[in-house]
Amino acid sequence: MKSIFFHLMPYRDLPPDFEERYESVWVTPPNAELCDPVRVAQYYKWNLDELELADRLGFDGLGVNEHHQNAYGFMASPNLMAAALARRTPNNSAILVLGNTLALYNPALRVAEEFAMLDCMTDGRLAAGFPVGTSMDVNRCYGITPTETRPRFNEAHDLIMKAWTQPGPFVFNGRFNKLRYVNPWPQPLQKPHPPVWLAGGGSVETWEMAVTNDYTYNFLSFFGYQFARKVMGGFWETAARLGCDDNPYRAGFAQQICVSETDAQAEHDYLEHVTYFFNKCLHIPPPIFETPGYRTRRSTEFAIKTGQPGDIVKMATLEKDWKTLVDHGFIIAGSPETVADRLIEACRGLRVGNLIALLQIGSMGHELTKKNLTLFAEGVIPRIKHLWADEGWQHHWWPQGARQDAPSSAVAGSSVAGS
Amino acid sequence: MTAPSEDVVELLDGKFKTRVLTAGEGPPVVFLHGAGGLFWDPFLDALASRRRVIAPQHPGSGGSQGLEHLEDVLDLVLYYGELFDVLGLGAVSLIGHSFGGMVAAEIAATNPERIDKLVLLAPLGLWIDDHPIPDISTLDPAGLPALLLADPGGPLAGLLTSPDVTDPEALFQAAMGMASILQFIWPIPDKGLNRRLYRVKADTLVVWGAQDRLVDPAYGPAFTAAIPNARLEIVDGAGHLPQLEQAAHVIGLVDGFLPSR
Repeated sequence: MKSIFFHLMPYRDLPPDFEERYESVWVTPPNAELCDPVRVAQYYKWNLDELELADRLGFDGLGVNEHHQNAYGFMASPNLMAAALARRTPNNSAILVLGNTLALYNPALRVAEEFAMLDCMTDGRLAAGFPVGTSMDVNRCYGITPTETRPRFNEAHDLIMKAWTQPGPFVFNGRFNKLRYVNPWPQPLQKPHPPVWLAGGGSVETWEMAVTNDYTYNFLSFFGYQFARKVMGGFWETAARLGCDDNPYRAGFAQQICVSETDAQAEHDYLEHVTYFFNKCLHIPPPIFETPGYRTRRSTEFAIKTGQPGDIVKMATLEKDWKTLVDHGFIIAGSPETVADRLIEACRGLRVGNLIALLQIGSMGHELTKKNLTLFAEGVIPRIKHLWADEGWQHHWWPQGARQDAPSSAVAGSSVAGS
Repeated sequence: MTAPSEDVVELLDGKFKTRVLTAGEGPPVVFLHGAGGLFWDPFLDALASRRRVIAPQHPGSGGSQGLEHLEDVLDLVLYYGELFDVLGLGAVSLIGHSFGGMVAAEIAATNPERIDKLVLLAPLGLWIDDHPIPDISTLDPAGLPALLLADPGGPLAGLLTSPDVTDPEALFQAAMGMASILQFIWPIPDKGLNRRLYRVKADTLVVWGAQDRLVDPAYGPAFTAAIPNARLEIVDGAGHLPQLEQAAHVIGLVDGFLPSR
């Protein structure tokens, strides 16, 4: 199984009464009042240091993503972060940009160009993430008409894939992108193109797109593996219905993970930061969470009939004490043994071969984040990396230029990082 | 109230199916509803006593289908042209409320010869920086009476209910209805109408509630300044639903303004 350290890049110092004073963590948290560029300058350095450490520690991949006007993730351009990582990751981890929110770019040719640049700069270590994006980012921050979200995403996807695989120049006459001369320099290094990773939240169309186009499907929620069952189940049912195999490397999911010396020490180390995340970073009122029209008619019907909104409300309103968070799987926490056991259970249950490990959570400081990364790399990765080995699947969606397996020197590498 | 007849009209080989409420006899007037949806209310009922009132439901909401064939405001205007043709309407009077008022103004500006009288009830469609119109997709249902009514404690408050969260079909219909409106006003309900209003030939009556806290009455003069033959009536004791909150007064204004039998 692949272990990917995924960094959300949160603001780590929101005021203690943030959730009482402000409407939302996303879209409207007032920037001049809350976001101090001096602190942000420090955070970006820490964020990159933490990702670079993960490379040296032997993680298989490093993940970054895109959000806008968001206090739990202020990585407006993940491509800038990936570019910084390209030159400072000697252990050749895959760089997973999960991803560029396609509907926001017009012409979407920009994404084809920047991803191709990153693929060349990393010698083929790029996984190209194509998320539809959240309604907050797409409809509210960037003003895209809700009912155009999916059509713009689909058209951008078609344009990018054509730009990567068909010799230019050619004409592209789309509804939103009208280009007389499509001929981007460069095309990607990986052939036929970098592996495409989709990120979804339970839309029927995204499951079908992943299966039909042979892309990975990644469920990036913060509610953990128990909550993920319904969505991942929907993906695997779609795969079966469309006659696709059940190679676990087709799927990934995000999990918040806290590793310490013992189970008790984990609560002591991380409770404050995890509480910060669930109370402040997920403070989003329902009307802002999803604009009507963002999901298609079909996916809205599916979501409402399968109780998705109710499930989210139920999860969001649970009291987030340590026991609840652990018991409901919001976090997987404890000693390396405990964490490895629960991850194996979770990933086997969801049938995922790509663990997107959220190891910097909320207000977690730089030193504690390094501890979490180090204990995960040394104590957890060796226990979970062979999870799917007995089934003999090939990972067809791992970037061609990236290290294909964690090297045996991974643990030795950690002493460098820890020095 | 009399019950209107209810029909589903098919356009363009079934690409569109439009739910239409109709009542009354006499010169035709078409009513375009706002984001709250289509209801046969005392205002429409009173108008129908002296003319034929035709109230279509906006595509993609309630019983009307075909939203996926429309991309922008021009498509919507052309769709209404087709609907009016299929309904056998020649020259026609047009009333629009809120979002429906914006659409009515667009139709009147694009088809100036067809629309003989135009009534705009607190229309959307213009933007004044000093009077921003709230984002209607994030309104708190509990706050709707205070936002939409001059008298939030009055009898109309009971009509401004949110969908039952335990009823999946109601939630679905509410989401689709809102999505069908947002498609034409997102993210700001200014799609260039101000550049087109000079084309309106119809005599125009603009009605605004003095206590409209959703779309400020300051928009009233902006409409009358841009439309060649327009007058503004400010209705005291009314918010964003003047035709319901001060029904007798607004019915009197509109009834006297429109052709009748």
